[in-house]
Amino acid sequence: MSTIYFTKDHEWLRLDGDVATVGITRHAADELGELVFVEAKDEGTEVAQGDAAGVVESVKAASDIYAPVSGTVTGFNGRLSDEPTLVGEDPEGEGWIFTLRLSDAAQLDALLDEAAYKALLG
Amino acid sequence: MTDTLARTPLHALHLELGAKMVPFAGYDMPVQYPEGVMAEHLHARTKAGLFDVSHMGQLAIRAKSGVTRDAALALETLVPADIAALGAGRQRYALLMNDAGGIRDDLMVANMGDWLLVVVNAACKDADAAHIESSLADTCTVERLDDRALLALQGPASEVALATLAPAVSAMRFMDVIATEVAGVPCIVSRSGYTGEDGFEIGMPAERADHVARAILALPDVRPIGLGARDSLRLEAGLCLYGSDIDTTTTPVEAALEWSMQKSRKAGGAREGGYPGADVVLGQLANGAPRRRVGLRAEGRAPVRGGAALFADAQGARQIGVVTSGAFGPTVGAPVAMGYVDTALAQPGTSVFAELRGRFVPMQVAAMPFVTPGFKR
Repeated sequence: MSTIYFTKDHEWLRLDGDVATVGITRHAADELGELVFVEAKDEGTEVAQGDAAGVVESVKAASDIYAPVSGTVTGFNGRLSDEPTLVGEDPEGEGWIFTLRLSDAAQLDALLDEAAYKALLG
Repeated sequence: MTDTLARTPLHALHLELGAKMVPFAGYDMPVQYPEGVMAEHLHARTKAGLFDVSHMGQLAIRAKSGVTRDAALALETLVPADIAALGAGRQRYALLMNDAGGIRDDLMVANMGDWLLVVVNAACKDADAAHIESSLADTCTVERLDDRALLALQGPASEVALATLAPAVSAMRFMDVIATEVAGVPCIVSRSGYTGEDGFEIGMPAERADHVARAILALPDVRPIGLGARDSLRLEAGLCLYGSDIDTTTTPVEAALEWSMQKSRKAGGAREGGYPGADVVLGQLANGAPRRRVGLRAEGRAPVRGGAALFADAQGARQIGVVTSGAFGPTVGAPVAMGYVDTALAQPGTSVFAELRGRFVPMQVAAMPFVTPGFKR
């Protein structure tokens, strides 16, 4: 059973062992509207917590996706290259964006659980 | 600072329609409605979209002599367009110039018979009104029409839709202006817009704007469109956004707006020059300008946005320009942009490289507009 964490920047992270799958929340996807481009840092890139690890773009604007925790990018959801709208259709499932191998699991303690994230949305 | 933002007469209607509101040029404006920018853009291209542009400035210029030509000649001392030859019931695009040959604002001038109607950008309207009034004080009066609203109905279905409320619009050609009733309200209607599509701009007393807007929105094929799609529509149409693509540091020749300066105001014309910065502009018309506004297409799917530096090479060694507007073009189905490049690199097909998140991505200089205009000539 994997554990899901959330950030105040409206990203989610699902942990399997020491690899996290990262995406944006339904709330974030609804706010952004239809996406036209999604990209993540190249595999092997080391990112520190809070660094821009990817980008999602609507017609109007580009928004960074921040690394919820520090680690090394291990993969990108290649389906998004041709189907960026998948993020809006299923942001917390098929529309995942990248995977990250954690370098400091202690950082997870400061993330939000589902109840805390829902409370943040109000 | 939401509490300091101005509101157009349609503010309540926008909220009722579920718009997402954002600050724009000091106004609380709808950036999109629930359908979203992509759907709104495509609707305006294929059917008809209604835009609230009441934040824009409207000015009435009248000659103290009572002779409209005197007002036109006076305005020509500020703009390089031929206003004197603009017939009654016709409208024209013009540039308000500074002494360095830069552009203070871009505007539309309509000859209303016994006065000139000037529509200016929201962010510039206070400065424009003061500048025009003080510059023309000897010969003209300048009245701010702050009690008037402005709507734009844009898209190929606009004529059929609007004609059900104002039959006279069917006979209009591109850039015609008439006074006619729309849904029973006396309006000033021009066949013009900012999307590259056929369409109309409709001015009316502010207190009747809600009535007219609701009547238009009730027509088949018409939906409300926000500022987000307004920007992507004008970009695909190759039209400049003042403050991004043109400003006080860009000249009309650099901006590829020579078409807005008629023969009579160019070298050898009957009223050659005679506006601020004419020496610079006439010199550039004769000899060219060092840089030029061009269209740009990205080779990949990543949109290149305004502010991105442009280089001649993939290593980013020699900067040759800058992107001034960029977005995904929903009708084009790909990213589109415009910007300035060294004139030597302004030919369509030329390869350049844009800095994007630390990389240098290939772009090609491309002809504009990116979509075929739908104007009714």
